[in-house]
Amino acid sequence: MTEWSHRHLLDLDHVTRSEIELVIETARSFKEVSAREVKKVPALRGKTVALLFFEASTRTRVSFELAAKRLSADTLSIAANVSSVTKGETVLDTALNIEAMNVDAMVVRHQASGVPQMLAQGTKTVIINAGDGCRAHPTQALLDIFTMVDRLGPLDGKKVAIVGDILHSRVARSNITALISMGAHVTVCGPGTLIPVGIDKMGVEATTDISHALDGADVVMALRMQKERQQELYLPSITEYVKEFCITAERLKKARPNALVMHPGPTNRGVEIAADVADGAQSVILEQVTNGIAVRMAVLYLLLGRKAE
Amino acid sequence: MTLIIKHARIVNAAGEAAGLKDILIEGGKITRVSQGLANDDARVIDAEGKVVMPGFIDLHVHLREPGREDKETIATGCQAAARGGFTSIFAMPNTTPAIDTAQVVQFVLDQAKKVGLVNVYPVGAITKNRDGAQLTEMMDLRRAGCLAVTDDGHAVMNAGLMRRALEYARMAKLLVMQHCQDPNLSGAGVMNEGALSTRLGLKGDPVVSEAVIVARDIELAHYLKTPVHFMHVSAARSVDLIRRAKKEGIPVTAEAAPHHFSLTEESVKGFDTATKVSPPLRSAADVAAVKAGLKDGTLDCIATDHAPHTHEDKEVDFDAAPFGLIGMETAFGLVVKELVLTGILTLAQAVDKLSAAPARIVGLKDKGEIAEGKDADIVIVDMDKEWQVRREDMASKSRNSPFIGWNLKGRVVTTICGGKVVYSA
Repeated sequence: MTEWSHRHLLDLDHVTRSEIELVIETARSFKEVSAREVKKVPALRGKTVALLFFEASTRTRVSFELAAKRLSADTLSIAANVSSVTKGETVLDTALNIEAMNVDAMVVRHQASGVPQMLAQGTKTVIINAGDGCRAHPTQALLDIFTMVDRLGPLDGKKVAIVGDILHSRVARSNITALISMGAHVTVCGPGTLIPVGIDKMGVEATTDISHALDGADVVMALRMQKERQQELYLPSITEYVKEFCITAERLKKARPNALVMHPGPTNRGVEIAADVADGAQSVILEQVTNGIAVRMAVLYLLLGRKAE
Repeated sequence: MTLIIKHARIVNAAGEAAGLKDILIEGGKITRVSQGLANDDARVIDAEGKVVMPGFIDLHVHLREPGREDKETIATGCQAAARGGFTSIFAMPNTTPAIDTAQVVQFVLDQAKKVGLVNVYPVGAITKNRDGAQLTEMMDLRRAGCLAVTDDGHAVMNAGLMRRALEYARMAKLLVMQHCQDPNLSGAGVMNEGALSTRLGLKGDPVVSEAVIVARDIELAHYLKTPVHFMHVSAARSVDLIRRAKKEGIPVTAEAAPHHFSLTEESVKGFDTATKVSPPLRSAADVAAVKAGLKDGTLDCIATDHAPHTHEDKEVDFDAAPFGLIGMETAFGLVVKELVLTGILTLAQAVDKLSAAPARIVGLKDKGEIAEGKDADIVIVDMDKEWQVRREDMASKSRNSPFIGWNLKGRVVTTICGGKVVYSA
């Protein structure tokens, strides 16, 4: 039986395939909890999980909060960008103050890459990365993979197309790392300005040709396209992006007939994904949200739960 | 005060002197280099077993005073220089206020004189307040004591203004030093752009940002037949461009910083903000090119870009941290480790890069050599001494060094500036 070997969850760089499978397996058993009348198990009773969100987030924060609560942990939520950080307190100082209140884990989101790693080095608490800069969003990738495996079975040889702003996407980076561990073939696609230098070194194919990217894909993942990219000179216009890259029903025909349509949310309907596709039969976007809680329960349990035993 | 250094194994840029010599120092000058010198009134330093070299000259130092005395003062910067074997240091103008008027030049010189350790040469700004708009009063800066000008931290982006700066600086007999980085290409980059920046999710600063300014200024230097000095050259492409320019006889010179030949971008992996520097740590191929450039003379000299920052300033996330690392106290040890012990440079060539060449570049005729009639700026090193870089030993006010914990060989044991012992280990 595989053991979980990491004290923190900072990224998926060193998380092995069998560890990812362990998360999936653990999440599968927790998924059932959320469907019960009484949505609670005592696995983390007496534990405290602090949610430190230095960058605004609703979905991920709520998902972690529910995950912790359904495991009977106590939670405290700090939207740090509006509290002490504006008073000049450093990230590390904020974390040390939270740690001094004897929390068992800190779930951290920050706009700068590397902050969870910095906190893992600077504190003694278990750190779970809930998204740092453009670097990593490990639980998102794990829930995406959970969803894919749930629907498609083993991912060996499966073709996953990730479309959109790859340059700024931590979701893309974590998915690439984990999908390759799982044996999938990954193609990233977007405008040339939003495909980062050297992405091929991560073991993916990069293309600006959307039909090539979608051709025969088992999974099509659209990424959020932020409107600011136009002002930042990455795009001539959002309109042209939509014309060239929006996942429409017509474009989706290139993919396999039952290809999954995914999106990490929140979606810009009509920008990176057409509304009828987002709501269509192939879309698993809401399932991703549901699975997110089970996967985050699994992560919290693997990092905190078994130590108590 | 009279000083005699006995049994000196003298290494100048031109080579090592035959046999051991004594060096007589009177009135701040080297008056005799011979054997068997004696003088009853003289203080004697026995250099037996050590190597004696001309004091190092650092064309690129941030002393932070005036304005950020919490990071460094002229006093602590001079102490760090002396500990590193530097007897002359060029203070960058990105202070608050900037060194853009004769009054600020005078202030720096006055403070340095009060400290009385090493020679401090304030470098004037090219443009007022370094904002790239209007030329500084360079004739005034020269009269106040400047030998060079730069807007370090920024490149002069307006090519027309750079042309005027070169034309005007030539009249003022000031060397123009360029920080080569196009801000439109570098954007918010915090590390070298490449597969690693992509993987780490950090914004990349591409090598082309440096190379385009080098290429442009080579053309200006060629067109105007006026020297340009390129600061902290970090990219292989820049080294290639400078090599070709020199072959064509274009009057350009260049410096390399120790961190650019000692570390690659791989050091950024742990998100240690001490590795955040501009220009950024580059790929292994760039590091190899910098070393090759130093070896074949494309890169004339070594300058540290000593850039102190407080713990508080650096103890933040990687994006928020300021650029820069301190370098004067580790420079010589890194030169020995990366360049001399690896056979890239002979010790004499290292002396050229650290002393003779910078003196030549800025026109310090009485420095950069141990010879009769020259200034008594001398460093004595123990080439066999192994030592560890430790935070608590630093003389600089700041501790932002990525080399803390490194074991180095070759240690400065005595630094003499103007005939006065300013550091002894």
